[in-house]
Amino acid sequence: MPAGSEIAAANHSADPMMPRFLRVRRTVKETHDTITLELEDSQAAPRFAAGQFNMLYLFGAGEVAISISGSPGRPETLVHTIRGVGSLTVPLLRARRGDMLGVRGPYGSAWPVEEAARRRSDLLLLAGGIGLAPLRPVIYEVLRRRGEFGDVIILCGARTPADLLYRRELARWRAHPGITLKLIVDRAAAGWSGRVGVITDLLGAVQFDPANTIAMACGPELMMRFSYHELLRRGVPAHHVYMSMERNMKCAVGFCGHCQFSSVFICKDGPVFRADRIERLLGIREL
Amino acid sequence: MENLARLLKEHPFLHGLEERHLEFLTGCAANVRYGADEFLFKEGQESNASYLVRSGRIALEISVPGRGLTQLQTIEAGEVLGWSWLYPPYRWQFDARAVEPVRAFALDGNCLRTKCEADHDLGYEVVKRFLRQVHTRLERTRLQLLDIYN
Repeated sequence: MPAGSEIAAANHSADPMMPRFLRVRRTVKETHDTITLELEDSQAAPRFAAGQFNMLYLFGAGEVAISISGSPGRPETLVHTIRGVGSLTVPLLRARRGDMLGVRGPYGSAWPVEEAARRRSDLLLLAGGIGLAPLRPVIYEVLRRRGEFGDVIILCGARTPADLLYRRELARWRAHPGITLKLIVDRAAAGWSGRVGVITDLLGAVQFDPANTIAMACGPELMMRFSYHELLRRGVPAHHVYMSMERNMKCAVGFCGHCQFSSVFICKDGPVFRADRIERLLGIREL
Repeated sequence: MENLARLLKEHPFLHGLEERHLEFLTGCAANVRYGADEFLFKEGQESNASYLVRSGRIALEISVPGRGLTQLQTIEAGEVLGWSWLYPPYRWQFDARAVEPVRAFALDGNCLRTKCEADHDLGYEVVKRFLRQVHTRLERTRLQLLDIYN
């Protein structure tokens, strides 16, 4: 499967600012503030790679960048998981079956799934909160092509047990013989018998071969920074760590500069970056 | 005793410890087990041990007025629970409950203090290892306080 940039180039030979209009096929309430929207695309739907995002246009409100959280093997069903936190995402939580949304994309860089398959690497996925959504396409790819990868470890952190996404799928992944899944929450609730703490704690609870591991982290920037440092401490080479960055993306094609992050644009150079290439930028307050 | 020394040596907290120190510490150690929901200790009780967890999960809890029982953190296999025996007034500050059956080595606090005073090389080694635990736990707690997912 081609990388994200190749897919983006192939898909945007026409006007990249022009949305196509898709109908909501299904909505799934994930948590009190998060839903998943399934949009019905055509059989000729643009392909996407795990890690890429779309711009979703809500009529009368505007556009917002949302990572694709469905399977790259099923581009005709576009899936986005949305947490309602802003003036665009909160109204998106009210979307119903049959509603129309504008969609531009897919855009941006992808997780290094192909590189991992080529090297038959072990995969270590670190997902914090809504950060599990952009990593879910990786998990779908891994499950579809399980024999092409080494060990697969998924570490998920959330604020509380009620904030964990995709709970049915988590149970399925946990039961899968080829996957190790660990969960942790910052704050426990009654009935929770799992781990309480932060996601980096989980790194001590799993066995992996650092030299043969490709790590992919997605979640709050601070969580990714701490995870990166902990991964380095445990011997994972810096160039084997990837993270998905988030900034205020507007045009999604590098025209407007809203998402400029020093010398790179998150929308077209990212959102997935090799950690050692942006490491020095992470600690700069002004960015 | 020989068997206990061999098992102790395998716990990450004691990795790399000199044989003579390990031998010295073995005299302070005991194998302990707790069933699910059993308390290892409760807030306010005399603190007289550290637990090197071998298996299971322990929840550190505190009762907060108006909010009820609050779980602060969980401690797992390979980790260490408890260092309140190091400094007066030697009292536990939280409850520790086995969420699932726990196997651990209990290191007697009084015995440790006495041996560390008698052998400062051992004392430095032990305190350094506990300081690493405290450092890790502090970092973890700071991250939790940031409430980054909110």
